[in-house]
Amino acid sequence: MATHAGHASIFARLDRIDRRWIFLAMFVAVAAPILWVGVTGKTFPEAPTPAVQGAFDAVESLPSGARVLVSMDFDPASAGELQPMATAIVRHCALRGHRICTMTLWPAGGPIIDGTMQDVLGDRPDYRYGEHWVNLGYRAGFEGVMKQMNSRVSLAYATDVRQTPLERIPMLEGITGIADFDLLVSISAGYAGAKEWVQYSVSPTLTGSKPLRFVAGSTGVQTPQLIPYYPNQMAGILGAIKGAAEYEYLVNEAVRKADPSAIVPAKFQEAQRRMAPQLFGHVLMVALIVLGNVVFFGLRNREARA
Amino acid sequence: MSQFPGTSGTPGAPGMPADPAVARRANRLMIAVLAVIAALLVVRAWVGTEVGSGADAQVVHGYGMVFVEQQGAGHVQVPAAEWAQAVAADPAQQRVMVSWPRTVGVWAAALLTLAVLSFLWRDNPVYKLAESVVVGVSAGYVMSTAVWSSLVNQVFGKLAPGLTKAYLSPGLTTTESDWWALVPLGLGMLLLCRLSARLSWVGMFPLAFVVGVFSGWRFVQYVESDLLAQVATMFDPLYVAGPTAAATVGGTLCAVLVLVGVLTVLAYFFFSLEHKGPVGGAARIGVWYLMITFGASFGFTVMGRIALLAARCEFLFDDWLWLIDPAGKH
Repeated sequence: MATHAGHASIFARLDRIDRRWIFLAMFVAVAAPILWVGVTGKTFPEAPTPAVQGAFDAVESLPSGARVLVSMDFDPASAGELQPMATAIVRHCALRGHRICTMTLWPAGGPIIDGTMQDVLGDRPDYRYGEHWVNLGYRAGFEGVMKQMNSRVSLAYATDVRQTPLERIPMLEGITGIADFDLLVSISAGYAGAKEWVQYSVSPTLTGSKPLRFVAGSTGVQTPQLIPYYPNQMAGILGAIKGAAEYEYLVNEAVRKADPSAIVPAKFQEAQRRMAPQLFGHVLMVALIVLGNVVFFGLRNREARA
Repeated sequence: MSQFPGTSGTPGAPGMPADPAVARRANRLMIAVLAVIAALLVVRAWVGTEVGSGADAQVVHGYGMVFVEQQGAGHVQVPAAEWAQAVAADPAQQRVMVSWPRTVGVWAAALLTLAVLSFLWRDNPVYKLAESVVVGVSAGYVMSTAVWSSLVNQVFGKLAPGLTKAYLSPGLTTTESDWWALVPLGLGMLLLCRLSARLSWVGMFPLAFVVGVFSGWRFVQYVESDLLAQVATMFDPLYVAGPTAAATVGGTLCAVLVLVGVLTVLAYFFFSLEHKGPVGGAARIGVWYLMITFGASFGFTVMGRIALLAARCEFLFDDWLWLIDPAGKH
């Protein structure tokens, strides 16, 4: 390796590059597309993968009025990745007329549910609390909550967040165990989340008379752990922001197909907007990996020759 | 700027300038860039940002302003354009106004975001402050949520429903005492004995209970969900019929790849036979499968991290600086 900067080879210079230039390059690669998308309003078209299509079909194929349990098992730290998919799935359920029951196994998940329901149902006065949607809120206990809900939901949740006993909530009429829901959705950032839902609540029903259909949305870090469960143990999976963008695209296309003059509000294109920074960020990462290898082998050859 | 000993930002640390003079020049450059950005923001705030359109247009000076409209007893956030429209119609109106608490909230979020990002430059007191705030607020929030959700409703509410309803949780519906709640309460109290050196052995009992219960649950569920169900998947037909010829070929190829992957990775982790000959060949293919899996995991992780950075950038540019308005908030 060269000892003096003035005489150092290009490889040696690159080998000693201040890492902050890398951070700056990544910031520009992410920030510039955000500004471009923010100014132009353009987003990339998405080609849904089978796993995302499976998740979409699981919601789409349910009859109107079906009851969907949505567990938002994440906190603000992962909201940048998971909030768009939570919004998209809840919106899809609302567009299809499904009844939505929300809950969370994460202490900080309560405000996430409130924000999501306000975003999606804020301008839907026809969606009445108690009849069309209900929020059970947070319950401590992780797998314990799942085990209780398997046999009786009221064991884990005696009341909803408004302190109404479950037996007095119209939309939960006839719901005893978790298998009585038509679909379970978990949007999760880790433990306890989608993996535990598969293990504790979904898998035990697979050999029974009524298998519980399950859809998962997860962070990029968690997605590879969940892929083996697809398609036998889960109907679909939304992997990271890409999965959210594909799902958003499917929902928005369904809206446009039903009404070609419909204008999709920008708040329902959040994940699609994030795909441009993803593209440039990944291109930069690939370029840096290639460059790093070129520098590594270049220096090794140089040393071998010396 | 002083250096913080033992931090990753010191000269000579991997990826940092080895020469202190270079580090000083980099610091000066950084300060100059930040000063230019700050000056531009001050100028822009002085000029103002136009909100609304046509005759209703108003100029807003400042950043991170949040406008709310009074609806019933509460306030709902509205776009700045609505405020401009309301002011144009009636300059003295009080229906739509700036929400200073929410504006301070946006500023706090923006400054904390910048403080956390400042770690990329190097470790510094501002980052430490932001880190402490996040940890403290998170711990406090989680603790208060757990106390009200578990201790008050699940324990006190079951043991003394009348008192709990009267003084702690007015919405409580339980009317009769459930003395079984004494069991978790007792176990919880015993767990606190771990804090005492003399009585810490008593805390082993609830700990053993928790470990035993979770071990039992996890063992059964892993066998059912991750072993038996996954083995059952291996018995699916290799020929996968699709709606088109391409889909059939693709599906069949995927099924074959999964089978080969399972067998070769198992061969890699099978140590009773020396990795030579066919077993060695299979193990080498298994290594490739593992590498591809790790690569895919790394790719997903990168995607997740970029998504989080993009979300924070969008917040800074949209909610705080008003450089963009993708969601029509202004």
